[in-house]
Amino acid sequence: MYTLGYQLVLKTLSIGLLVDNLTVSMMIVVNFVSLMVHIYTIGYMHKDPGYHRFFCYISLFTFAMLSLVMSNNFLQLFFGWEAVGVMSYLLIGFWYTKESAIKANFKAFIINRIGDMFLILGIALLFSIFGTLDYEYIFNNAESITSNTVVLSSSFEISSLTLACLLLFGGAMGKSAQMPLHVWLPDSMEGPTPISALIHAATMVTAGVFMLARMSPLFELSTSALSFVLIIGSITAISTGLLGLVQYDIKRVIAYSTLSQLGYMVVAAGVSAYSASLFHLMTHAFFKALLFLAAGSVIVALHHEQDIRKMGGLRSKLPITYITSLIGSLALIGFPGFSGFFSKDALIEAVSHSSVYASDFAYYCVLIGVLITSLYTFRLFFLVFHGPLKDENINVKEPQLSILIPLILLAIPSMFIGWPTIGPLVFDDFFANSIIQPSSNDIFGYQFTDSYHFLTHSLSGPVVYIAIFGILVSYLLYVIKKDIPEKLSQTFNPFYKVLINKYYFDHLYENIFARLFNNLSNSLWNNGDIKIIDNFIVNGTAHRVGRFSSRVRELQSGYIYHYALMMVLGLALFLAWVVFKSLGLVI
Amino acid sequence: MLTLQSYLSLAAIIFAIGIIGIVINRKNIIIVMMCTELLLISVNFNFIAFSYFNQDIAGQIFVFFILTVAAAEAAIGLAILVALYRNKKSIDVQELRTLRN
Repeated sequence: MYTLGYQLVLKTLSIGLLVDNLTVSMMIVVNFVSLMVHIYTIGYMHKDPGYHRFFCYISLFTFAMLSLVMSNNFLQLFFGWEAVGVMSYLLIGFWYTKESAIKANFKAFIINRIGDMFLILGIALLFSIFGTLDYEYIFNNAESITSNTVVLSSSFEISSLTLACLLLFGGAMGKSAQMPLHVWLPDSMEGPTPISALIHAATMVTAGVFMLARMSPLFELSTSALSFVLIIGSITAISTGLLGLVQYDIKRVIAYSTLSQLGYMVVAAGVSAYSASLFHLMTHAFFKALLFLAAGSVIVALHHEQDIRKMGGLRSKLPITYITSLIGSLALIGFPGFSGFFSKDALIEAVSHSSVYASDFAYYCVLIGVLITSLYTFRLFFLVFHGPLKDENINVKEPQLSILIPLILLAIPSMFIGWPTIGPLVFDDFFANSIIQPSSNDIFGYQFTDSYHFLTHSLSGPVVYIAIFGILVSYLLYVIKKDIPEKLSQTFNPFYKVLINKYYFDHLYENIFARLFNNLSNSLWNNGDIKIIDNFIVNGTAHRVGRFSSRVRELQSGYIYHYALMMVLGLALFLAWVVFKSLGLVI
Repeated sequence: MLTLQSYLSLAAIIFAIGIIGIVINRKNIIIVMMCTELLLISVNFNFIAFSYFNQDIAGQIFVFFILTVAAAEAAIGLAILVALYRNKKSIDVQELRTLRN
C-alpha cells in the first residue's frame, strides 16, 4: 500500500508493505500463536537463566515473520525469509552449552542455506527478466513471458517461468522442510518447546506454503512446476508420517507430524487449491501449536522428561492437558467437526478432483497419510495419557496457569474455527485479490452451501472412516494388546530398521555430501591456503629474502684487508671506466 | 738523465707495495699503518716530480701539508692502537673482525 522507491543504476528497487487478505490471514495466525507462546513462555522458562534473551528472540522472530508476510517485493521477502532463519538458528541453539543443540542448529542453518540458494537464484532470474522485484509488476506481466526460455545447455532449454517456479519452490522446500531437505526439522526439537510450537510448527515452516500461495500467479502458468510441487508434497506427506510411528521422543513425534502436514499443504498448492492449502495452514497452526504446548506442559510436569516410554496414565494427573491434547489430536487427524477435519477434507477433495499430472499418486498418498496420521497421533496420545501410571510419576501435578491458559485458548479455535471460516476462505472469494486460482467448482467439483452440508458430504467419502479406523487400530495396539507393536517391529525388521534410521537420509548426507565437502575444503585448506598462500607466498617471500640476505652477509667478512681490497678494486674499476669513457670505448 | 717517467714509475711501485702490503698482510696492524705511510710517500713523490719538471713550487708546498697530516695520522693511529691493545690484548688483524656479518 505504501511504497518508497529509489533509482539503483537503471533498475528501481523499492520497499513497501502489502496488506491484502492473504497477508491478513497470515498476520492473524502469526500474532495469535505468538501471543499464546509469549504467555506460555512466562511459565515454561521462568527458571531459565536465559529468560530475557528468550523473549528478545521470539519478539524479533515475530517481527521478522510479519515483515516476511507483509512484503510487497521479493527483496523484502528474502529479508524476512533470512531473518526468520536466523532467529530459528538462534532459538534451536538456545541452550548453547548442549552439544546436540549446537549440532542441530548448525544442521538447520546449513540445510536452510541450500534452500535459500535456490530462492535467491529464482529471485535473480525474475529480476533479470523483469528488471524489478515488485510483486505487482511481475504478477501482472507474468503471462507475457510464458514463451521465454532459458538455455541451460546447447541441447536443453527450459521455460524460464518453469525454472523460476522450480527455484522458488526450492527455497520453499528448505524452509518448509520438504522431502530431501526435511532432515533439519526433527533435530530442531532440541530447542525449547515454545519455539517448537511457534517457529517449527505454526509459523516459520509454513512460510514456504505462504510463498507458494503468494506466487500463485506464476505457478498457475507452469503445470510442470505444479506437478513437481505435487510430487514432492505427497512424498513428504506419506514418508515423514511413517517415521513418526517409530519415534519415542514426544516432541519428535509431533515434529514428524508437522512435516507430514506441511506435505499436505504443499500437495494442495500443487493441485492449485491454494485457498485450501492456506486454510490447512491456519487450522494446523492452531492445533499443532496446541499439541506442542501440551507436550511442553507434560514435559514440565515430568521435570523435563521427553521419552514417552517413561510416561503413561497421566490423564488423571494432568486433566487439562489431557483434554486439550485430545482436542488437538482429534483436530489433527480430521475428526468430523474439528477444525482439521474441514481443512484436510477440503484439501483431499481438491486432490481427488484434480487432473494435474501425478494427482492420482498424490491422492493415494494423502489417503494413506490420513491413516498414518491417526495412527501416530493416537499412539502418542495413548502412550502418554493412558495405560498404567508409572511409580515415579505419582506426584505429578498440572503446571501453573500461564502454561494452561494458552492451551485452553488454542483449544477453542482448534475445535471451532473450521465452522465459520471454511465457506469464505476456501470456497468463496476471500483470497480473490491476492491469489490466482481456478474457481472453486473447478478445483473441488463441489458446490458449497454451508458448513453442515460440507460435513455430511464428507461423511460419504472415505477420509473420515480411515481416520477413525486409525484410532481404533492404535487403541488396539497401544492400550489393549501392548505386545503387538514389538512383534510387528520384529516381523518386519528390515522395514523397521529403515524407519528407525529415517530412510538413511542423515547417513547419506553425512557420509556423502558432508564428507565430500569436508574433504574438498580440507584439501583446499591444506593445498591452497597452507601450501600456496601461507608457505609459498607469505612465508616463502620472507624466507627467500632471508636466505638471500644471509648469502650476501657473507661478503661482510670483518677483515680490514678485504674491505681495502674491495676499495682498491672499486677504484680501479672506476678509473678504468673514466679512462675508457674518455677514449670513447664505453658509453 | 732521470726523466719524469722514472720518478712516476718509482712512485707507482711504492704505491703498489703499499696496497699489496695492506691486502696480503695477515698478521700485524702496525704493518697496515706502515703501508698507509708508503701510499702517502708515493703520492708525495708524484707531487715533487711534477713540481720539479713543471717548474711549479705549489706541488712542493703541498707535500709539506701531506707530511704534516701523515705525522698527525700516525700519532692518532698509534694512540688507537695502544687503546685497542689494552682492550683486546692483541693487535692481530685476523682477530679484529667485529664488523663481520
